[in-house]
Amino acid sequence: MRRQVPLIITFFIGALLVISVFIPPMVSLKETFTLYFDIIAVFAFFLGGGNLLRVHLGKLYGKKQDWGFSLVTVAGFAMMLIVGLFKIGNPGGIAASITAEGSLFQKLFEYIMVPLGSTMYALLAFFVASASYRAFRAKNREATILLIGAFIILLGRTPFGMMLTSWIPEQLSILQIPNLAIWIMNGPNLAGQRAIMIGIGLGVVSMSIRILLGIERSYLGEDK
Amino acid sequence: MTGWIPRIIAISGSDIGIIISLVVIGGGLAWLLKQSIKAGDVDRRIVFLFIFISVSVPILFPITFSETATPIVKKLYDRIENLPEGSAVLISFDFDPAMAPEVQPMADAFARHCLAKNHKVIFMSLWATGQSLLSTTLQNVVRPEFPEKIEGVDFANLGYKAGNEGVLNVIVTNFRKMFPTDVNSIPLDSIAVFKKIRSCQDLDLIISIGGGKPGAKEWILFVGDPANVPMGCGVAAVTAPQLYPYYPKQLLGILGGIKGAAEYESELVRHYDRFADVKKPGLRMMGPQTLAHVVIMAFIVLGNISYFVTRRRGKKP
Repeated sequence: MRRQVPLIITFFIGALLVISVFIPPMVSLKETFTLYFDIIAVFAFFLGGGNLLRVHLGKLYGKKQDWGFSLVTVAGFAMMLIVGLFKIGNPGGIAASITAEGSLFQKLFEYIMVPLGSTMYALLAFFVASASYRAFRAKNREATILLIGAFIILLGRTPFGMMLTSWIPEQLSILQIPNLAIWIMNGPNLAGQRAIMIGIGLGVVSMSIRILLGIERSYLGEDK
Repeated sequence: MTGWIPRIIAISGSDIGIIISLVVIGGGLAWLLKQSIKAGDVDRRIVFLFIFISVSVPILFPITFSETATPIVKKLYDRIENLPEGSAVLISFDFDPAMAPEVQPMADAFARHCLAKNHKVIFMSLWATGQSLLSTTLQNVVRPEFPEKIEGVDFANLGYKAGNEGVLNVIVTNFRKMFPTDVNSIPLDSIAVFKKIRSCQDLDLIISIGGGKPGAKEWILFVGDPANVPMGCGVAAVTAPQLYPYYPKQLLGILGGIKGAAEYESELVRHYDRFADVKKPGLRMMGPQTLAHVVIMAFIVLGNISYFVTRRRGKKP
């Protein structure tokens, strides 16, 4: 019974929403169910927050390895939550938006969250450079093609690409590096991306049918 | 003879940046080339040092290059430019602080362009972090550069709504069901911008800015394509290749990474004198990006020289 009830609900709701696409008076069902989804999603926020606190407070209480990071996480979480919920330092008061100009929440976000997030992302430049140095080597034909492609795209994304090849006559402008970069994006890249997308689309359809028919049950927490 | 002294004094920050870059990076790479010919692998800390120099020098001494809009950027620019005055344009901030340096310049440029053309702009976000970044654009671009524009009349801010694709699934047929009020708790029915707008189908253009999920792809799948609303997007460089299959039918144009932002900014400056003196982070960041790309390419060449030298000597690379 514990397994059959969720399977019946899934089949019934799923089938109803699929049918509703083809019956005009039922089209509004998708809006209604999306709103239900939003209400359910609110509880996920509580679960997420609760889980975060459970894990990190446990680490703090037991003074486990790297408990200092947990302290920062819990302090940051509590600070943003309290400032956001009670709109502390918000010039517009409790009714105004939490991101209103001059609000403490917005300041904390702008001066702490934004620089931290940007810094983390910027570190990628160092690792990309190091990885390119080690990985892009013309070891065989395929690697050489990849290397040439990467070179053209990299140069094509800079003004140097045009500077180096601007002497090429108009009739052969396709050979100018920026145009070659555009060709790679519009040709080989496009073909590869389309193939991947069609594959994913077919996969999504088959997985959806499996879920609706109860063949795929991993979302219930089962192995089979 | 005396003329050279004032010329040195008048040297610009950009010149200093170019000189330092040429000397430090060029000299360093030449030394590394010598090392590579001797078949010595470069320590990764040296790679890191070069990237650090190539990024920091153009930031400290701005090096700027002129940009020309490529067709994929120009088409989106032209669409906004040619829309009749008062058209409704929705700009969705679907990104987080990590992506912001790359895509926020696009958001700023789109906001500038739409407001300069007197379009009615609706700002919103599908990402929780997007609402604060949206406020940053309002604070740094909209309010100081367009003080005459009134919130609610010329633009509206819907803020963030949780639900990802679910939000799109509803607003494609009804805005008010998902957003009963704007971010300041004002009912949509009292906002002038929404007088004639009931759903996304009443919009003239949708622009999604981001690079993750939900983002431009979800906007196309749930709104742009089913409701036949013209769309454009500005995304992180790493995401742009995935969106090419949608161009030019479902997407009028794509701005990819800092290069896309720089191209759009240059197009704006070319056509609008009022934007000549505003901050142009896209164009400014092209300097560090260009130099970093050159350094990465140089290291790829060095890596291959080292590889072939090692192979010729019969060692295992």
